[in-house]
Amino acid sequence: MQAVVERSSAEKNVYVEGFKALEAEGLAESEALRSLRRRAIEGFEALGFPTPKMERWRNTNVSRIAKAQFRAAERPGEVRRESLAPHVYDGTGRMVFVDGFFVPELSTPLKLPAGVLATNLVEAKKLHGGLVESHLGHHVDFEDQAFAALNTALHRDGFFLYVPKNAVVEEPIHLLFLGTTPETAAYPRNLLVLEDNSQATIIESYVGLTEEAYLTCPVTEVSLGVNAVLDHYKVQRESLAAFHIAVQQSWQDRDSALRSHSISIGGALVRNDLNGYLDGEGVSCTLNGLYLVDGKQHVDNHMRMDHAKPNGYSHELYKGVLNGSGRAVFNGLIHVHEDAQKTDAVQSNRNLLLSKNALAHSNPQLEIFADDVRCTHGSTIGQLDDDAIFYLRSRGIGEEAARSLLTYAFASDIVERIKVESLRQDLEEYLFTRLPRGEVVRQAV
Amino acid sequence: MSTAMLEEYAEREYEFGFVTDIDQEMIPPGLDESVVRLISAKKEEPEWLLEWRLKAFSHWLKMEEPQWANVKYDPIDYQKIIYYAAPKSDKDRPKSLEEVDPELLRTYEKLGIPLKEQEMLAGVAVDAVFDSVSVATTFKGKLAELGIVFCSFSEAVKNHPELVKKYLGSVVPYSDNFFATLNSAVFSDGSFVYIPKGVRCPMELSTYFRINAMNTGQFERTLIVADEGATVSYLEGCTAPMRDENQLHAAVVELVAMDDASIKYSTVQNWYPGDLETGKGGIFNFVTKRGKCEGKRSKISWTQVETGSAVTWKYPSCILKGDDSVGEFYSVALTKGWQQADTGTKMVHIGKNTTSTIISKGISAGQGQNTYRGQVKILKGAHGARNFSQCDSMLIGDRCGAHTFPYIDVNNPSARMEHEATTSKIGEDQIFYCNQRGIATEDAVSMIVNGFCREVFRELPMEFAVEAQKLLEVNLEGSVG
Repeated sequence: MQAVVERSSAEKNVYVEGFKALEAEGLAESEALRSLRRRAIEGFEALGFPTPKMERWRNTNVSRIAKAQFRAAERPGEVRRESLAPHVYDGTGRMVFVDGFFVPELSTPLKLPAGVLATNLVEAKKLHGGLVESHLGHHVDFEDQAFAALNTALHRDGFFLYVPKNAVVEEPIHLLFLGTTPETAAYPRNLLVLEDNSQATIIESYVGLTEEAYLTCPVTEVSLGVNAVLDHYKVQRESLAAFHIAVQQSWQDRDSALRSHSISIGGALVRNDLNGYLDGEGVSCTLNGLYLVDGKQHVDNHMRMDHAKPNGYSHELYKGVLNGSGRAVFNGLIHVHEDAQKTDAVQSNRNLLLSKNALAHSNPQLEIFADDVRCTHGSTIGQLDDDAIFYLRSRGIGEEAARSLLTYAFASDIVERIKVESLRQDLEEYLFTRLPRGEVVRQAV
Repeated sequence: MSTAMLEEYAEREYEFGFVTDIDQEMIPPGLDESVVRLISAKKEEPEWLLEWRLKAFSHWLKMEEPQWANVKYDPIDYQKIIYYAAPKSDKDRPKSLEEVDPELLRTYEKLGIPLKEQEMLAGVAVDAVFDSVSVATTFKGKLAELGIVFCSFSEAVKNHPELVKKYLGSVVPYSDNFFATLNSAVFSDGSFVYIPKGVRCPMELSTYFRINAMNTGQFERTLIVADEGATVSYLEGCTAPMRDENQLHAAVVELVAMDDASIKYSTVQNWYPGDLETGKGGIFNFVTKRGKCEGKRSKISWTQVETGSAVTWKYPSCILKGDDSVGEFYSVALTKGWQQADTGTKMVHIGKNTTSTIISKGISAGQGQNTYRGQVKILKGAHGARNFSQCDSMLIGDRCGAHTFPYIDVNNPSARMEHEATTSKIGEDQIFYCNQRGIATEDAVSMIVNGFCREVFRELPMEFAVEAQKLLEVNLEGSVG
């Protein structure tokens, strides 16, 4: 027992040291933000890394991350402009972050209407300190989530968006986070604040440019004012050895709408925590997701929807294609508070198992304290329909191609919901290349 | 939902609350090794059983009470519980009803289950458990002709030790969980059923449990074995007298089904739910029920109607080991007042082409909290396994809660599983429609709820189906909105 305690404190020490080093660097931050970091590292020290004994982590073991003891990168890795080409989307403004650092040379100017503030977080802390202070760390619960605490304490940079009342950002903003240096950790921190009647589209994409292991631990906080609309896309294409542990927390005021799409393709061990707090009447929240796992990949999507006020609408659809010895975990909780009458919540998880060794855990959960609600959840796990394959074969399509075609149909259901055309095309293209006999599928489609 | 009506509903008192005064032989409250030895000695048990109990007891000392269930209750002081109570007439057991203590018989009459009538009218063999020792066993002769063993657990230990030794703990090992381990150490009595090869049990077997002596924990142990090709349907139903102190009930039920055997286990539970206004008192029902489909094409079916108890913590499960075996779980759980229920099932698919069905209906009213917690686990070798789960919740009133926690783990690509859950309230339009056609609101609610639970009720044996429907109606009176 003693040995265990010692080991776990040694595991934490690296991060506590990292925090001290960051403090010693003398970040240009207000006292309020500094004390936020201190509270967070204390929170992390108290929590330690989660273990499978904790209900929320029972299917995902992060001891590999704890043991690896990643230190934050000291400087951004070298990235040449050409190597970005496969990872950018047409018709979007771009902010590029490498190993947690903002790299202006790789970024493009954003087209912003008057009054909209969109910069990297370091800049925002200098120029709009008050705004940042009033939101940063206010939405995400870092006292209960170890990785959110780590990020809050150790984040270096990230993206800050402030859309004032009645403003609409038409061009999607693409945040590209690159992991380039092995054995390092990056803690991107994003803050998206949309005031009343405003609108914006954000794409967060995470890409690995190295084959080795590294850790990305991002936190995104979203605050939506009355009637605000945010389209949020997340594309996770980390290296196949990488760890990706993300937390997204949104807070929504009356009649606002959040449409979130999460596509998870890369990473050795991936965990996405998506928490939404529906704190006004008539709020709508749509969460769609697609995860593809193969080899020994492990993807865990944890969602929590808090319906705190009446007439809320939340709709979750997560689909997964599991191959090889891949593992997928889905855990969705809809919590309807006492006053949240007329809540309409739907949660559904569909898993397609393509191989013998793939394993899917699906735990859709409902906690309901109001009596006038409509809440449903559904979960299916299965393989491709033999009848459907037979039908395609009887029409002269080879078995392998038939399987690919059906798998494509299953997965593209989510991709088709993406509104940013360049992103959608890129992902469709990816599906073709990933599936065996993708050419046949492409022709058929 | 009108408050006045809810209040009226909340004021309903427990109808079967009364205490019968009969002399009881008791061991003073508390638990240590000597108590375990004493229980074993009193029951004149063989050495191996005592050893098994002691093993369980020493394991129990190392265990912690589980905290994960979605229920809240005051901590239980295990040293304040009386672990053994038997009616005085232990030595000379009654051979027939005439010999049974008249006070006891009156108790049954109050419950509306006069043994004699039941014996004749319903054709049910009743093994009545009054507190801890079986006091009357009927229809024995008829069953014995077919080679069926249906007796109290302690009798089985004496007369069929080889069967008990073989199957005891084979489904729920003594180290299984906190409450099952406690039960293994101190279990008092229960029922034992053995159906020999190829025999179809000609009648529904039934046991009425009744918790009676003040402060007596009831630790039943039931073991049902259906040998190759055998079929049996077992009924379990309960009511309990009113009292203030919390009572712990930690039973264990083990079912074993061999090749082509089929076991149907039905429960109607209506124990004292505690004071409706304060939530004080009431039974703690922490039960471990598990069945093992050991043989090919075997089938185990659980049906339960849970309307009583302050806290229910119960997951009748099936281990589908034999190829082509079938597991079923049908449940209606009603919580009102301050009742809490955390119930569900666990289906473990091991064999090929195993199928399981889960239908769970939860109804919450008043301040009741109803949780469905279930697991469907499909292991690697379970090719072609199939599961269908449906968990529906109905909420009556705005202070109650309904929760669903399904765990689904699938490790075989040829398996198919579906899970659906819905939560809703009784629609105003539905009630309006009924009102329009001259059906009073209260009747309409009762009708709608019965319709909601239909899929489960039709799985119950006839006698129980009627009782269950009535139970629900009585419980729901005054809860209309």
